[in-house]
Amino acid sequence: MEIIKPAVAGTLESSDCQVTVEAGEGKIDFSLESSVINQYGNQIRRVVFETLENMEVKNVRITIIDKGALDCTIRARVEGAVFRSVGQIDNLPWGGAIR
Amino acid sequence: MINPNKKRLRRTMMFLSAQKPGLIKDPYIYKPDSIMLDLEDAVAENQKDVARFSLFHALRTIDYRGCERVVRINGLDTPYWKEDIRCSVAGGCDAIRIPKTECASDVMLVEREVEHAEMEFDRPQGSVLIMAAIESARGVIKALDICEASGRLFGIALSGGDYTKDLQTHITGTGIELMGARQNMVIAARAAEVQCFDTVYTDLNNMEGYRQDVENIHLMGFDGKSIINPRQINIVHEIFTPSQKDIIFAEKVVKEIEDKKAKGIGVFTVDDKMIDIAFYDGAKRTIKLAKASGVYKGDL
Repeated sequence: MEIIKPAVAGTLESSDCQVTVEAGEGKIDFSLESSVINQYGNQIRRVVFETLENMEVKNVRITIIDKGALDCTIRARVEGAVFRSVGQIDNLPWGGAIR
Repeated sequence: MINPNKKRLRRTMMFLSAQKPGLIKDPYIYKPDSIMLDLEDAVAENQKDVARFSLFHALRTIDYRGCERVVRINGLDTPYWKEDIRCSVAGGCDAIRIPKTECASDVMLVEREVEHAEMEFDRPQGSVLIMAAIESARGVIKALDICEASGRLFGIALSGGDYTKDLQTHITGTGIELMGARQNMVIAARAAEVQCFDTVYTDLNNMEGYRQDVENIHLMGFDGKSIINPRQINIVHEIFTPSQKDIIFAEKVVKEIEDKKAKGIGVFTVDDKMIDIAFYDGAKRTIKLAKASGVYKGDL
């Protein structure tokens, strides 16, 4: 999938995270802000990259502000932002690219 | 296929916004019988799209430890409900709650989409149940048709806020404005052999009034109540779970009826109360409810 326009999903509430995606420069440019970055930074990065890979997103600038989100919430917010950026709200690939 | 969960214990069904990760990550700690993950009113219009992703992954990855997972989809008059069903069924939900159900064809419409989704996402046919929320005078009048519209439908629920608006009154806290709807819905549900659930009680500071409300709907014959706060759960479970006194009496009734029947005696007394065959089903139901609630230690 190609990022078409900048998009945001998620909030800054506890247990959530806010994900922003913008068109990249030929690669995945990842930035993370989290109070648990030392303990979970690598784990969050792994979940984000895996989620992007499932959707075949290879060219994106992605910014995460984490407020203690579970992995499932991180996945949901990354997907939410990506599908918002392409404007797709129906016929989503549940269980396919979204998994 | 008859879904074995169709008649499961549902004393409490706790509403949670599917859009709030902090709410949906661990509601099982409060031990409601069911949780209702909401895509409808609790999710703002501009968050409908992203709420589904949260819902899908919560259903897929969080172990809700035996709580039934019901999803309230958006209304059939919105552009969202079909995708809500695809997402919920793909995620593995146990049931779909239809809001603002007005007639049998609303249930049939949802049933068709659920069937398609089960096929699309390789779930066994019949594995996803349906419940219908009734929120209007028309819905109350059509309650029996709604109850009988689908073999998947396990129950109906009153939604008091919208219903009282339609009736041109308001929630008073006394229940007087809900009397007709409650009575009609319980009768319809019993006639169709499905369950019936009461509306939420929104005044969280009036626990006395809440307890009275729960006692009333229990006596009216409801199977359970919709819950908006974990504080409300224990009172419902306490009132809807048979007491040890009830269980002991029910055991005596069942055993005595079976014993006397074999001896050709039709009417007799247990603990100074007149008993005949008409008490048998009620006593059996008490034992069944006690078993389902995990409080039965006997041998029936």
